[in-house]
Amino acid sequence: MASASTTLPAPARIGLRISPRVQLGLWLVLGLGLVFFPAFAGVYFVYMASLIAINIIATVGLNITVGYAGLLSIGHSAFLGVGAYVSGLMWLHLGTPLLVNVVGGALAAFAVGLVFGIPALRIKGVYLAIATLAAQYSLYFVFQQWTSVTGGDRGLSLPQLNVFGMGETGFYYVVVAIMVALLVAARNLFRTRIGRAFIAVRERDYAAEVLGINVVRTKLLAFGLGAAFAGAAGALTAAFLRIVTPDQFTLLVSVFFLAAVVVGGRASILGSILGAIFMTLMPELLQHGLTAVSKGADLAGLIAPLREIIFGSLIIGFLLFEPRGLVGLVERAFGRSETFDSRPEG
Amino acid sequence: MLQFIEYSIIGIASGSIYVLAALGFVIIFKSSSVFNFAMGEMMMFGAYLFFMTDQQLGFGWIAGLVAAFAGSALLALAIERGLLRHLLGRPAVVLVMVTLGVGSIIRGVAALIWGPNVLQLSEILPRKPIFVGELLIPGKLAWGFVGVSVIAAGFVAYYRFSRAGLAIRATSSDQITAEGLGINIRGVFSLTWILAGVLAAASGIIAGSVNGVTPQLGLVAFNVLAVVMLAGMTSVGGACFAGLLIGWMETLVGAYLGAAWQNFLPYLVVLLVMVVKPTGLFGENRIERI
Repeated sequence: MASASTTLPAPARIGLRISPRVQLGLWLVLGLGLVFFPAFAGVYFVYMASLIAINIIATVGLNITVGYAGLLSIGHSAFLGVGAYVSGLMWLHLGTPLLVNVVGGALAAFAVGLVFGIPALRIKGVYLAIATLAAQYSLYFVFQQWTSVTGGDRGLSLPQLNVFGMGETGFYYVVVAIMVALLVAARNLFRTRIGRAFIAVRERDYAAEVLGINVVRTKLLAFGLGAAFAGAAGALTAAFLRIVTPDQFTLLVSVFFLAAVVVGGRASILGSILGAIFMTLMPELLQHGLTAVSKGADLAGLIAPLREIIFGSLIIGFLLFEPRGLVGLVERAFGRSETFDSRPEG
Repeated sequence: MLQFIEYSIIGIASGSIYVLAALGFVIIFKSSSVFNFAMGEMMMFGAYLFFMTDQQLGFGWIAGLVAAFAGSALLALAIERGLLRHLLGRPAVVLVMVTLGVGSIIRGVAALIWGPNVLQLSEILPRKPIFVGELLIPGKLAWGFVGVSVIAAGFVAYYRFSRAGLAIRATSSDQITAEGLGINIRGVFSLTWILAGVLAAASGIIAGSVNGVTPQLGLVAFNVLAVVMLAGMTSVGGACFAGLLIGWMETLVGAYLGAAWQNFLPYLVVLLVMVVKPTGLFGENRIERI
């Protein structure tokens, strides 16, 4: 299937013009908002905010692989699992601090990602999708069966984490700080030679090769980076929930992140943020909605199937009607019609 | 030795279940290069349609078969005409994501309608075991194998000798030339999806009558994926052979190494094929390495 991308006109970033000074002001407001959020919001909201921040990290990672580099990964949650187990084990057995665990989880996920990526990425086509599906199931198998290390179905229980002596709020600050650092890193990545190479390979791999880009190495790096972000997110999930079990890393979770990327907007950092927020809040709203409707009737069994239906419909609906995702909707609302140069055409 | 032969026969018979689904996979991929990740869910849906018409509505198993085949073919046609037709020419990544989304929706709908528990299909396959000398072959598997053989033979004959089969083969070898020669390639896309729907329903019913139906039946598709990879994605004959081979290996591995390894085998096959010979055993040399 040839990607029929025509040459786009030079990106016109007109429409909504914001002067740098106002922009700086907006960033300051956003930053202060994030810092003082726990002071005003309740425990539940801090909990949700931490969850959203973790999901944003994982979604940005998947977006690097799927959106920017055009490689389909459907085993993203398995790499979260690698990060979660590795960081959990480091914590239990080595007693290393959280930041070291996060780095360790990311590195481990990067390495495991390469194991599955190397055979698949040498071949064109959907082979990476198949290999990542294989990764999804075989890593689940390892998490579940390697009982002496992973604890099998019961999983690992981790001790309570107390950051800066502030408990949950302290953890919120850690997660948000890591998220901001990774977001800035991801944004800057696409201003460098490496990040541009991802986009070039996605659009025209032969042309990219002619221009001196090593296609295989670029694809591997894009895939590995996505897995590393997932590993970091997984390590944070482990510290956040204080339990790691195989059932946190199933195919449904991978489809969740894929939906987040498609809903938010492929090849867009802002899109990853919007998508992760939307997808994290959606099941919560669904649950509240169902409890309101049911009036005491037991509808808990409906939630899992409904989630699957909604994830699937969102993926299909956005791909058909708004391939640029929520970002596209936002831009349209602000009157921007041109696509950015980094946006995939499909 | 006797035990080995018995396991082998059981394995080949259970491998036949994968054959039909793999054929459905291959025919869609050949005609339109769409990699259909919703195949397993289509199998499951066919089996549930059979169950509903046969037992819940009480029309009997003949009506059940008709409803399952018709319903599954309609579902496949709806996926092709309603979704994929609009996405022709978009990158392969997008098409694959759409089939994943479709699979997710079907799984959810099935769980919503029929619940998460295992449902037993009515016994259309005789349970009575068959004895060949000292060998014992479970009746359901043996008759399932016979059913699969008949359907697969009919399908291959249709594919080889009918005009429509010729059109499918022409489209798969070169879409533009085929269209230039007056073949309605959109019609071919629809036809291959309908055929895949029927094949999926047949294999779903046979798989379901051996093991029962749950919404998780769709995940059998992973074994089918291993079959398709081993066969080489584009080979109809290869899919038949590889299906039996995978079933055989799976049963032997399960018997001698344990069930955990049995579940692990398909992934191993997939990764090995990718490393050693990505074209599979019988695939066309269409694969581009970089």
